Amino acid sequence: MSADRIYLYKRYERFWHWSQAVLVIFMLFTGFEVHGTYHLLGFKTAVVYHTLTAWTLLTLWAFTIFWQFTTGEWTQYIPTIKKVDAMIRYYSIDIFKHAPSPYKKTSAKKHNPLQRLAYLAVLAMISPLIWGSGLLYLFFSSWSDFGLDKYLSLEGVAMLHTAGAYMMLVFVIAHVYLTTTGHTPLAHIKTMITGWEDAEDEH
Amino acid sequence: MAKEGLSRVRGWVLFAILFLSNCAFATETVVLDTIAPPGSISLPAKANAPVGQRTPQDHSNFKQLQGPFTAPEQVTKACLSCHTDAGKQVMSTLHWTWKAWNPKTKQMIGKSQVYNTFCVSPVSNEQFCTVCHVGYGSTDPEKFIPFEQRTENQVDCLVCHDTTRDYRKMPFLGGNPAMEKIAVKPGCNEVYGTDKPYVLPLDLSKIARKVSAPSRANCGGCHFYGGGGDGVKHGDLDSSLLNPTHELDVHMDAKGLNFPCQQCHQTSNHKVSGSHYNIDANPKEGAIMSGSGHNGNAATCQSCHSQTPHHGNKLIEKQIADTLNTHTRAIACETCHIPEFARGGKPTKMDWNYATAGKLAPNGSPLVIEDEKGRNTYWGVKGSFLWGDNVVPEYRWFNGTERWMHIGDKIQPDKNGVVSINDIEGTPQDGKIWPFKISRNNQPYDTENKVLTVFHSFGFDPESFTMAYDWQRAITAGMKVANLPYSGHYDFVRTQMYWPIAHMVAPKTKALACAQCHVDNGRLAAIDGVYMPSRSKDHQSWIERIGMLAVVLTLAGVLIHGLIRIVVWLRRKSN
Repeated sequence: MSADRIYLYKRYERFWHWSQAVLVIFMLFTGFEVHGTYHLLGFKTAVVYHTLTAWTLLTLWAFTIFWQFTTGEWTQYIPTIKKVDAMIRYYSIDIFKHAPSPYKKTSAKKHNPLQRLAYLAVLAMISPLIWGSGLLYLFFSSWSDFGLDKYLSLEGVAMLHTAGAYMMLVFVIAHVYLTTTGHTPLAHIKTMITGWEDAEDEH
Repeated sequence: MAKEGLSRVRGWVLFAILFLSNCAFATETVVLDTIAPPGSISLPAKANAPVGQRTPQDHSNFKQLQGPFTAPEQVTKACLSCHTDAGKQVMSTLHWTWKAWNPKTKQMIGKSQVYNTFCVSPVSNEQFCTVCHVGYGSTDPEKFIPFEQRTENQVDCLVCHDTTRDYRKMPFLGGNPAMEKIAVKPGCNEVYGTDKPYVLPLDLSKIARKVSAPSRANCGGCHFYGGGGDGVKHGDLDSSLLNPTHELDVHMDAKGLNFPCQQCHQTSNHKVSGSHYNIDANPKEGAIMSGSGHNGNAATCQSCHSQTPHHGNKLIEKQIADTLNTHTRAIACETCHIPEFARGGKPTKMDWNYATAGKLAPNGSPLVIEDEKGRNTYWGVKGSFLWGDNVVPEYRWFNGTERWMHIGDKIQPDKNGVVSINDIEGTPQDGKIWPFKISRNNQPYDTENKVLTVFHSFGFDPESFTMAYDWQRAITAGMKVANLPYSGHYDFVRTQMYWPIAHMVAPKTKALACAQCHVDNGRLAAIDGVYMPSRSKDHQSWIERIGMLAVVLTLAGVLIHGLIRIVVWLRRKSN
């Protein structure tokens, strides 16, 4: 069994993942309060934390992008459509039969094809949408300095930001659920904590 | 400008790095730019009269001012013997002419040209209203001499420059002071400024020897009492500002900065800057040195505090300050920093109904009704009133332009049947959200000619409303003086008048909190045209619906998926 044990997630990667998880969930929590969906922390506190968390997350990303490129890990996010159909079949049918996942993780290819497409959507669509609109939102008072006020409205920017937030919330829900689809419900989470992936036991 | 923006971006980046690197931060809280208190230079010890930094002369020594003076014009003549151009200067200002040209709306405006929702118009009531005119020379109660027909010796220097607070202009004498013992007209003690049934003559020489630059008491002598009493008209100007606390006004705070009016209303050649008729509601400039010439307006908040007035040193305070600074684009400083007006204990008149006027008490004198706080809610000579203190302003987009109803203009009631005396203009593109007192009235108009009537309210002649309580006679007399046709038919129409609020700036701890506006049904609930986070009326309902649907479907999907897995797992286990 130990021969099948692979070291999937390095220390920085795990630190990045979990701090990002906390920050994103906290941003969703404070963001929807700023939006007026509920009143828990108070508007002012929610705004303060939302902004602070945004800068923290941006800084984390600055380090992470550097890490991705220096380690070459960025290639993990190159999408593929090979075996996507097999993954869909697995999640919609075979998983209920307790069949093993058709995708075998290796340290060179950590993400299954569906996962890669999902991460691509996050990286290429949701993140730019949220961060683009969020930074414009934050620098609202400087728009006129750059002549942006002629082209932008706060309402439009806020709309995009809200749309991005809903997408991120959908991603988080699906992502959290899919962590339970390992060979045991907590296997993926354990891997993300320790870095080590156990070989699947046949029960 | 771009440079400023870049440096702000750089500031943010630096700030983010600092936060992550867990630096120690200074411990100061958010502070506003402040300016040094004026007049820190000590004055000569041995002066009998005020001697200022820029006026190194003791007026009490002046031969010209030793008197005795038997007419107020003699004092002015003495003043002009040194201050040779002062008379002409005053006569060219709004304080004398009561007229102004509004280039934005191409209208002749000013007190004598437009209506108001208080005593309606000074026209035909000049003998009373000129108590607040900076002139003399129309002492015959039966005949008003127009200002333009008067001479520079008839300029009233003392009303602005008196420091003794003994100087007082009398009604029904055309604004002259009492030069002999005069009897107070019944019921007019407040106007005569005495509890006694008479007013004693003034020693003008004693007053003239103590002249100085105007204080809040001089300006307030008229501007605190507009509309017929203390605090009645403006809402943000009343006698509580003579000696205000920090809580009431941080700038005029008698124990703090103690600003005189001129600190903001910088004056040159007797022209006082700033006026309801010419408002810089959306100043684009940054900080301007106090006293520098800038488009004839009073100093704005931005003049001293800049367009980015909030500062913070510590991490959180800096972030809050930056967030607050994003508000300056759409919101006038006054909106947050004057959270309520009439805060000094003096109520202001919010609503006046002329239609009920004329009732008499059993003894034949005009009926007076007071509420439990002792406020006059009905007076036979004026009608019914509603008073307010600590009043929450109403908020509107405002670019500084007001379109006034000139005397004789046809009424144009809005959909609620209300006539606006001064329609304010402004959109999210060219204005800011400003606080207003909206004073309301129900005042007489000519039902045939569709004009608000000018009526003769004050006087001791049988035509005046205060004597005969007869609208028909008072309107006929007033319209005649105003040179307006009168059909003989009148009724009452609801009117409103906007008063931008700019005084009584509260301490920063009392400024509006975020959630007072960023909430449904908050202070700015009626304001459209700006996106305010947390207000559901600003949400795009289709985004909310699609977003919520996607979230609910995802949750349902994973729940069902998970449930099936559990069921399958349980079955396998039991097999």
